[in-house]
Amino acid sequence: MMTVAVTAISSSSLSYSPLLLHSQGPNRRLLQCERNEKRRLATKVAGSGVITAGFELKPPPYPLDALEPHMSRETLDYHWGKHHRTYVENLNKQIVGTDLDTLSLEEVVLLSYNRGNMLPAFNNAAQAWNHEFFWESIQPGGGGKPTGELLRLIERDFGSFEEFLERFKSAAASNFGSGWTWLAYKANRLEVANAVNPLPTEEDKKLVIVKTPNAVNPLVWDYSPLLTIDTWEHAYYLDFENRRAEYINTFMEKLVSWETVNTRLEAAMVRATQREQEGTDTEEEANPDDEEPEVYLDSDIDVSEVD
Amino acid sequence: MTTVVFIIVLVIFAASLHDAGATTMDPCLESTKTASLPDLPYAYDALEPVISEEIMRLHHQKHHQTYVTQYNKALNSLRSAMADGDHSSVVKLQSLIKFNGGGHVNHAIFWKNLAPVHEGGGKPPHDPLSSAIDAHFGSFEGLIQKMNAEGAAVQGSGWVWLGLDRELKRLVVETTANQDPLVTKGTHLVPLIGIDVWEHAYYPQYKNARAEYLKNIWSVINWKYAADVFEKHSRDLDTN
Repeated sequence: MMTVAVTAISSSSLSYSPLLLHSQGPNRRLLQCERNEKRRLATKVAGSGVITAGFELKPPPYPLDALEPHMSRETLDYHWGKHHRTYVENLNKQIVGTDLDTLSLEEVVLLSYNRGNMLPAFNNAAQAWNHEFFWESIQPGGGGKPTGELLRLIERDFGSFEEFLERFKSAAASNFGSGWTWLAYKANRLEVANAVNPLPTEEDKKLVIVKTPNAVNPLVWDYSPLLTIDTWEHAYYLDFENRRAEYINTFMEKLVSWETVNTRLEAAMVRATQREQEGTDTEEEANPDDEEPEVYLDSDIDVSEVD
Repeated sequence: MTTVVFIIVLVIFAASLHDAGATTMDPCLESTKTASLPDLPYAYDALEPVISEEIMRLHHQKHHQTYVTQYNKALNSLRSAMADGDHSSVVKLQSLIKFNGGGHVNHAIFWKNLAPVHEGGGKPPHDPLSSAIDAHFGSFEGLIQKMNAEGAAVQGSGWVWLGLDRELKRLVVETTANQDPLVTKGTHLVPLIGIDVWEHAYYPQYKNARAEYLKNIWSVINWKYAADVFEKHSRDLDTN
């Protein structure tokens, strides 16, 4: 049965045009994805002798009860143990035998986003990515205030830490339905999707708060995510019932790991600088056939960038 | 004579009090009714063990109540914005109205879509709805299978509906996202049965097992309501 399934998938396997990898905007990220970024492979040999490989469900960087009483063990058991696990398992089933099978998780997310016209693997891939990012965004004994460069940028881009906090919490509370709210580093982009800033300055690189629906994340707009809060109901229902605002407060006061956010910011800034240095080379490569650059029309996704 | 004058003054005073809150408002808007939380047609534990009392209380008293409260708040803001000619705000309020108003509309239908077993919950419909279901879905089981499949496939939050398309004169299964009412999928669509697949509708009891919730809910679905709505609209269609 396993052989049949694999064959079926292979025959209809999605192959991605190399043009996708060469176009501008978010897919530049694909070119620069560290190819030696180790993808954790679990190689299993099924009964029929077919080798399946897939993504692993990475555990949170703390024991499942370590976030008590702010996020219960029960929540972690279901949220990580069932929801997150299901996304990973279903993703593996979806991509086995297809071109996506050889890529890193981030690459799968970016490719399957397909400029807003999502391919079937996107939901599982993005949710797998989002949840891993989420567990790492929090820690036992979290909360408090950021420091250093992170604090400086927050104060520069939001006025003050308190102002940032209010806007972030308000965005998370007003994200109707299922979704995520992000703090992200937006480097070297103009306000027009997929346009590249020809004269980048430090001031163009901003911290932004972004609300996304369902599985969408800011990787698809080439932002560098720094922090996220999951506002799907399953993230807070067992501990807070319908009281999302209370969950958000607890998250910011007791859980958020500013240390991790800071590390991510540093990496994002390095990446941005690297890109600038490589900038012109990639530009020349970008349109081998003098193709008209495509505009990413995300109008059917209600993404509000909270300013 | 002074009594008459006094009464006239009183009447004028009373009239001015009535207008005290109004600006240059259209009297039509003034008398707009606000939404209110409808009572459940059964006790909170009446749908056990299919849907727990805990869920029914939270769902009705917290979630639906919040939609009602926020919807009324948004309507109030809308009235002021319209009175002020603040078109920017009028437009900005639309998403709040759609979300909270939709939440109210959808849940008001949902409570009527459910009934305790001893009041007919789960009992399949008779004709003409029964024949219509067979005609469009092959069988009653076929319809349920389709709705369960579509409901399970909704990503994030939303609803799965059995609707009547008044224009095409046929039954349809549709899904809507978030709190979008069925009409957002087609102005001619009339909701017969809606099943809430937001996580709050099942999480305390079923956790992530949405498919199990969908499988079980059919034993408390109130087909009487669906049949009544169907008959009413079919009659209207016939007389047109």
